Amino acid sequence: MSTWSMALRQSDYYWTLYRRTWKGSVFSSFLTPLLYVLAMGVLLGGFVEADPSRLEGAPSYLAFVAPGLLAAQTMQTAVFETTYPVLSATKWQRVYFGMNATPLRALDIANAALGFVLLRLVLIAIVFVAVLAPFGVFVSVPAAIGALLVSILVGAAIGMPVYAYAVGVPNESSFSLIFRLGVIPQFLFSGAFFPISNLSPALEWLARLTPLYQGVDLTRMLSLGTWHTGPALVHLAYLLVLLVVFHRVAVRRLAKRLAF
Amino acid sequence: MISARGLRKSFQQKGQEPFEAVRGIDVEVRRGEAFGFLGPNGAGKSSTMRMIAAVSPVSGGSLRILGLDPATDGSQIRGRIGVCPQEDSLDTELTVAENLYVYGRYFGIGRAEVRRRAAAQLEFVQLTERGGAKVEDLSGGMKRRLTIARSMINDPEMVLLDEPTTGLDPQARHVLWDRLFRLKQQGVTLVITTHYMDEAEQLCDRLVVMDKGLIVAEGSPASLIAEYSTREVAEVRFGIGENESSAGAVESAVGRRAERVEVLPDRLLIYAADGEAAVAAVHDAGLQPVATLVRRSSLEDVFLRLTGRTLVD
Repeated sequence: MSTWSMALRQSDYYWTLYRRTWKGSVFSSFLTPLLYVLAMGVLLGGFVEADPSRLEGAPSYLAFVAPGLLAAQTMQTAVFETTYPVLSATKWQRVYFGMNATPLRALDIANAALGFVLLRLVLIAIVFVAVLAPFGVFVSVPAAIGALLVSILVGAAIGMPVYAYAVGVPNESSFSLIFRLGVIPQFLFSGAFFPISNLSPALEWLARLTPLYQGVDLTRMLSLGTWHTGPALVHLAYLLVLLVVFHRVAVRRLAKRLAF
Repeated sequence: MISARGLRKSFQQKGQEPFEAVRGIDVEVRRGEAFGFLGPNGAGKSSTMRMIAAVSPVSGGSLRILGLDPATDGSQIRGRIGVCPQEDSLDTELTVAENLYVYGRYFGIGRAEVRRRAAAQLEFVQLTERGGAKVEDLSGGMKRRLTIARSMINDPEMVLLDEPTTGLDPQARHVLWDRLFRLKQQGVTLVITTHYMDEAEQLCDRLVVMDKGLIVAEGSPASLIAEYSTREVAEVRFGIGENESSAGAVESAVGRRAERVEVLPDRLLIYAADGEAAVAAVHDAGLQPVATLVRRSSLEDVFLRLTGRTLVD
């Protein structure tokens, strides 16, 4: 059996789960981008008067920060979706163990769970881009679509190592490390809110190495139309490698967790 | 259905010697049989069950389930058996019916067919009226019944039940036993682990007694009792702290009427063909126990004889 058809067997489960929770998430998925863009882009941005050359080519702070917010949002969604729900499936509800007693294999279980995360990311990103678009932060429709696709990749690429970590952790205290050392510093210092050239040289290099910076820069290039093929390919390669390598790690760790 | 030879399971422990949970057991389970693994906690029953369920890799020896090798055909084996694990793995946020439906889909059963089977299984475990209820609102006994219904959704040839009634009240246990008995009558092979001897006596045609990862005895409940125990047991209680000191006097009082006398912290067990006669002999010798009870021999006595310990230590 291909893992594709095995993962599809779990679609009814995830659909049932989604039907149960979508009402709660739909309101916040519209509200969150609106609040962010108003607070950071419009209001805070109103105080920022900078030359476009100092904003990586953005005509306004609003246009600068919008792609940063988009990428940061998919990262946060991905990290949330690959931490507590995963621990629930391995520890609190033990749903993965139930699945593992059926013909499903660790690979199939991981793929279905990750596919579900991907769908959440797609929905979140579409809403986010739709809310941002009227503020004129994308230079064109293709730019908006490009930014949308890339932001989904950013979420997926950051979510993958977190998922790989989460399938093996014993309890939720392991997650505070991810949020404190991973999510919050990246969110604040990886170029979402200000050009990282403002950091000291050492910190700038550190910021450049983070996955979120790779994603923010790529998303921003697309939404502003400031595409540079060389750096863009580096960013894409970085994110794809993260995705592929940690998918393998995730499947191996999940198989180990289930086969005790 | 199951054929194990020299089956072993060991767990790596950080900085320690590997822990050997199963230390080389031979097991044959035939089609249509109700087979039991009886033993105290930590005997290796659950580890054995997980290997049979094709979810836990074998550490040594050979194992064939339905003629297949779990190391290479795990997915295929799991598609043909049902598993009722010791810890429920139900999704408590889903309803009773949804739990059965999504689980059936994991086996690749069509949507209409899985709905039909889910309804039939709910009927079988008497949960039809709770079909729309959330699992978190069910009692422990109902959750167990739902787990059993779930393990039947793929029409399995064999069902593995790991401690099916642990933690249930007596009424819920009897309902569950009744359902399991019906399954057996339908020709489903049952493999049950338990540390309750009454459960093993009720449900199992044949069983093995496990202790510390090894099989210490094998047979039907009746043949095990006949081999390792007497027909009756007289339980005699003296005052606190006086049981052990009275053992010698009791032994000489019953003399050849009893096969042997076992000393437990709270009572003495006199193994005899005629329990009443043994109690009468104790009284005749002028001993004054606080309480006496004559009962039929059980698997508990077999286990005590074999290991020197009671089952629920």
